[in-house]
Amino acid sequence: MELLLSSAIGTLTAAGVYLILRLRTFAVVLGMTMLSYAINLFLFSTGRLVVNAPPILQKGVEVHTDPLPQALVLTAIVISFGMTAVVVMMALGAFIEGGDDRVDMPRADRMPGDDQA
Amino acid sequence: MSHLIIAPVVLPAVIGPLIILWMRNDLLLQRVFSVAGTALLAGVALYLNLLAAGGEVQVYRLGNWAAPFGIVLMLDRLAALMLLLTAVLALAVQLYAIGSGWDRKGWHFHALWQFQLMGVCGAFLTGDAFNLFVFFEVLLIASYGLMIHGGGEMRLRAGVQYIAYNLAGSTLFLAALGVLYSVTGTLNMADMALRVAAMPAEDTALLRAGAVLLMLVFAVKAALVPLHFWLPSTYANAPGPVAALFAIMTKVGVYGIIRFFTLVFPQDAVTQSVAADLLLPAALFTLAIGQIGILGTRHLGRLAAFAAIGSIGTLMIAVAQFTPQGTAAAVYYLIHSTLAAGALFLIVDMIGARRGDLWLRLDRVMPGNGLVAALYFTAAIAVVGMPPFSGFIGKLLVMQATGAAPAMVWIWATILITSLIAIYAMSRAGSIVFWKSVELGPAPVPAPAAAAGPRLEPDEPIQNLGDAPANWLAVASVTLLLSGIVALTAFAGPAMRFAEATAAQLHNPDAYVSAVLEGQEDTK
Repeated sequence: MELLLSSAIGTLTAAGVYLILRLRTFAVVLGMTMLSYAINLFLFSTGRLVVNAPPILQKGVEVHTDPLPQALVLTAIVISFGMTAVVVMMALGAFIEGGDDRVDMPRADRMPGDDQA
Repeated sequence: MSHLIIAPVVLPAVIGPLIILWMRNDLLLQRVFSVAGTALLAGVALYLNLLAAGGEVQVYRLGNWAAPFGIVLMLDRLAALMLLLTAVLALAVQLYAIGSGWDRKGWHFHALWQFQLMGVCGAFLTGDAFNLFVFFEVLLIASYGLMIHGGGEMRLRAGVQYIAYNLAGSTLFLAALGVLYSVTGTLNMADMALRVAAMPAEDTALLRAGAVLLMLVFAVKAALVPLHFWLPSTYANAPGPVAALFAIMTKVGVYGIIRFFTLVFPQDAVTQSVAADLLLPAALFTLAIGQIGILGTRHLGRLAAFAAIGSIGTLMIAVAQFTPQGTAAAVYYLIHSTLAAGALFLIVDMIGARRGDLWLRLDRVMPGNGLVAALYFTAAIAVVGMPPFSGFIGKLLVMQATGAAPAMVWIWATILITSLIAIYAMSRAGSIVFWKSVELGPAPVPAPAAAAGPRLEPDEPIQNLGDAPANWLAVASVTLLLSGIVALTAFAGPAMRFAEATAAQLHNPDAYVSAVLEGQEDTK
């Protein structure tokens, strides 16, 4: 269980970091999503891994799992979902205005007349 | 327990939606409500300062739940001061946005402005680490909208970079909180401070990792080198008033570092000097790269942005001392640098409105050259830290506070040499824009816009002087910010006494902790 979860977090993080370092917005958005999945899994594990245990106190149940990380993950999922929507809209806007989906600044960001130098 | 403590969060949170729902199509109503809301916020912040000046840390328990289970808002001197600074800056800059007509270059400017204020005020007030993350996201999501206000290709592209960088920062924040929760089992900052202090020294590997991760997150916000890369093109491409408001956003990162590394990880605790060891070199590089950037850039927006980075460097040198004297100097310089950076961004925007672009090159004399030159001259003196303004006093205080530090030679050399570079760079930029242009003769005066009433206009990347509805208001708001700097200079004594009291309170975290965790008999 520990191996499965930690390798999943590691793989997702590695893929996410690789993708957000790409120069196209689509890859960056995918990388952000992967990274937030990895973080959600990581947050989930911060209350220690307990399998098949309820998060809420019940009579007759001895083992409980920590409920707080689950609440945190829920908040983190909502926020990262909203943020992904914003970044997609922003990337679309830049694509429509600029004609390509590159992340780096185009030549028009330099001072006019600099190109001769 | 005064209910007004939560007002800086609730007030913008009510006014923002009201503006969207009821005043969507009436810019005049939006302006009235938004300015009134910010003015009210300034009043509340002033009252909270009086409340905090008693020296007692005030706690507001949301829903009256007992800490550490419920979320608490905390009001101490630093939080109250940051609230007042935010409100004053926001009010002045908002008047500029109205006077220059920026607020009608796109939709929902005033609503986003209020949401931004809500996020910033919440971040200053909260006493809960996860709640701090939530308020960070609120202020970020509003800032994404404000940053691309007015549209245009460059602005949207810079916006994509900004949002990508900060989303990565947010995931890092969550990782840091996850690590800290897994070690301490709490997210309440006061409770965390207790548990960190009680931790045996050999078990602190994860805790140190969490502390450094958290510092990285705040360093991204504060734009410390090498995490500053998002700042120049974001601030240079954002609308002028928005960049001026963002002057307080970098200070949110500084506030986070001051708060966490005096309260939760004080220097004598188990994390020892891990923060200071990393912060001081980063601060020195930030100062150097900021000031060299002013010299190297050929864009006035970037000039102001690099000046902001440089001021963060000076500020962090003082913070990284983690002594009461250093923190007091930091608090004084923080007030100064926020006002100065805000004023400089507005003045750069005034130049852009008169010249049509922001490239640093010879062009014809713009209309109102003398007035803008005088404002630029004043702001430049304040930014580079020349006498007679508060930048000079601030830098002097920082140097005094570092006089006994082991790295004193490095610190003083960096501050003095980079100040010289900044003086040269700012005077070169000023002479190109205002002075040498006189030889080329005056530019044609843009025709005044016909009946520029309060109405919404299609998106435009640059706000020209020709359609500024009330230019006097724009000039007045810049003058207001600059007079704040003059007041900070004239009343440097009382301001410094306030800063020293703030620092003393910060370096005595026991009062903060006991205010949260004791005296909870009447809670749920």
